[in-house]
Amino acid sequence: MTITAERPETAAPIAPARRRTRRRFPVQPAAAILVAVLVLGVPFWLVIATAAKDQAEALNPDLSPPSEWRLFDNFAQVFEDGRMIAGFFGSLLVMVPAVVGVLILGSMAAWILGRRGGRLTAAIYALGISGIVLPPAVVTIVLLLRQLGLAGTALGMIGVYMGMYLSTVIFFVTGFVRTIPHELEEAARVDGAGPVRTFIRVVLPLLRPVLATATILICLYIWNDVFYALFVIGGRLDTLPLNLYQVASAGLYLQNWHLIFAYIILMSLPLLITFMVAQRRIISGITSGAVK
Amino acid sequence: MLAKGKAGPRRQDHPLWFLIPALAVLVVFFLVPTAFNFVYAFTDWSSFKSDINFAGVDNFTSLISNGTLRNALKVTLVYAVLVAIFQNAFGLGLALLLERDTRVNRAVRVAFFVPVIMSALAVGYIFQALLKPDGALNGIIGWFTGAEVSIPWLGDTTWTIVVVAIVHAWKWMGLSMLIYLAGLKTISEDVLEAARLDGAGRWTMFRSIRFPLLAPAVTFNVATALLGSMNGFDIVQATTEGGPGGTTELLNIYIFRTFGQGLFAQATTMSLVLFLLVAILAFPVIRFLRKREDVL
Repeated sequence: MTITAERPETAAPIAPARRRTRRRFPVQPAAAILVAVLVLGVPFWLVIATAAKDQAEALNPDLSPPSEWRLFDNFAQVFEDGRMIAGFFGSLLVMVPAVVGVLILGSMAAWILGRRGGRLTAAIYALGISGIVLPPAVVTIVLLLRQLGLAGTALGMIGVYMGMYLSTVIFFVTGFVRTIPHELEEAARVDGAGPVRTFIRVVLPLLRPVLATATILICLYIWNDVFYALFVIGGRLDTLPLNLYQVASAGLYLQNWHLIFAYIILMSLPLLITFMVAQRRIISGITSGAVK
Repeated sequence: MLAKGKAGPRRQDHPLWFLIPALAVLVVFFLVPTAFNFVYAFTDWSSFKSDINFAGVDNFTSLISNGTLRNALKVTLVYAVLVAIFQNAFGLGLALLLERDTRVNRAVRVAFFVPVIMSALAVGYIFQALLKPDGALNGIIGWFTGAEVSIPWLGDTTWTIVVVAIVHAWKWMGLSMLIYLAGLKTISEDVLEAARLDGAGRWTMFRSIRFPLLAPAVTFNVATALLGSMNGFDIVQATTEGGPGGTTELLNIYIFRTFGQGLFAQATTMSLVLFLLVAILAFPVIRFLRKREDVL
């Protein structure tokens, strides 16, 4: 939290050290690029090269460039075969309500938990954040959803995700609420605002930075989740990871590596584009949550 | 009224009913299924018959006697420890390599974050292709050694779990790196300058000053890596599906497989085991790591 405050004052003593390193051969940049090429470049190239080959050439995926680039033909094929559009909207259909839901319910609870003292509040807080470490009961949740008539439905999946990620929101937001001065709420109260108005007009806008962090994290988890989706909505509703699982399960049998990798590229694009556009905010959001 | 205002906000300004919606969702979708775990693990619930009967500890005794429980527990724990080691070693190495704020370093950091935002399932399939006996990695090794190499990276009953743990660490090392970078930034330049004046070399400086001061980042990274990989599924499912010979069969892989076979009670039993394992380990691990922070 104090990173930015400390930097300017200490900028001066770093300068001589920097000048010393500048004269040598650029070992560090060379090493950094080499590591990135070996560790990231090889797998990523394998994906792109294989996704651009035809089936015969992709039968045994290797690093050779495709003799003929047919990336977009393969995209077109998995777009149909992998039900991309259905998967994309299915993913959105479960992610958006779940994220909005946990943010609203989580901040409501966190505001109270951050402001009230006492044993009851502490107990509820402990219960509220226990889901951060404890794994959800994935088998019996299916049984419960059946009893509720929600098995295999988007609503059931949304509920499961909300139950899993409420803890994350409560944890992040409660910590943040405690850093907000009481006076800001007090001003609204003096103007005659009740708790609901105070929460909506004063508290929620103040929570924006921490809610942004939580949104990023939870979107990342839900968008990429396949384990819980397999149990709750597997075979009944399309999501991008579920369809990848199907494409790959069939594709491995048929040795269709080019289609698997084409699917992986297409499915990663939405998050990759979001990340490229907002990388600074995403990175600072995630690290600010981890290091207090 | 005035005195009250001075003492802080009144209770009714933060009404307890604000907690109710969140608690309702937590109870229905988290607590009740968890409580069900403790009930249905002691039944014969399966897809083969419509009624569910109490079966005592039958599920546990059969899982213990055929060695499944021991194997799954061992595999899960070994996997978690390996992931924690590799992910932190890679993340810290990257953070130290990319510490200075140059343009190249910033670009490479962003590149290392790409696996973090990718689907773990996709990462698993990429590495399955890369690690095939006639795959790209063996091709590269063969190119360097000049001989044909066909190491079955994902087919060895001893070493495959290590390989899969490295893949898991590969996916998440960008996150550890970022957290270590943030930790390195919080170390005051004065402390480092003082050590430099005392004649501390690079290694001494790292070992006795910078690494100990990274304790909060280590706590976070080790705890999340350990607990996250105990709950792992995607990467193992996409690379080995638990094989060869069950040597990478994590608890979640077992749960998924037996659930698919309709053996719901066995799956529930393992789900309960996973819950207990994490519950028993999480709190001591976090407390131990926190204590390490306090000493410093």
